[in-house]
Amino acid sequence: MMSVLDVFLYTLIGLSFMCLYRIIRGPSIPDRMVGIDIFGILVVGICALLVKKTGKAFLIDIAITWAILSFIGTLTLAKYLSGKKLNE
Amino acid sequence: MNELISDILIGIGVAFDFFGCLGLLRLPDVYNRLQASTKSVTLGTWSILFGVFIRYGFTGVGVKALFCIPLLFFSATVAAHALMRGSYIFGVKLWEGSVVDDYKDEAGSE
Repeated sequence: MMSVLDVFLYTLIGLSFMCLYRIIRGPSIPDRMVGIDIFGILVVGICALLVKKTGKAFLIDIAITWAILSFIGTLTLAKYLSGKKLNE
Repeated sequence: MNELISDILIGIGVAFDFFGCLGLLRLPDVYNRLQASTKSVTLGTWSILFGVFIRYGFTGVGVKALFCIPLLFFSATVAAHALMRGSYIFGVKLWEGSVVDDYKDEAGSE
């Protein structure tokens, strides 16, 4: 018997596969970066749901860390896109 | 009671995430995709985190979930803006159905 939380969790995992489709088939480089950015935000939600499902408290730390690392990664990729050096 | 409110908030968040990812999949242009997906996915993740906070209250887990909301607010919006500016400078063309391009003069003068 699946609970409501299981349904939400599987829905979020399916949504991350939609992002994966955009990363693989994206026609240009910025499309792939958009997919990576959205995927990073989705993983934060998945970690928060796993906290409620399993009751393990360390997963919320992983969510916070993933939010910060995804932010830094997206900023670096955007800097690369606009053709500047990283110290400008 | 808290359990029920938390489940309802998480359901709202998953629905917002779904519509954002649908926009990521279906829209024709990189700007339209960012516009549709980044805001609604951020709002959906806020709702999920707030649901976890409602479930756990002011304990360690709940306060960390509450702390994650402003963190995500600043990081996601700033990252989306930087990504859109970068892809404009990179030279991605607008979709042919787009009606206005206000950034053209400003980017040309730099």
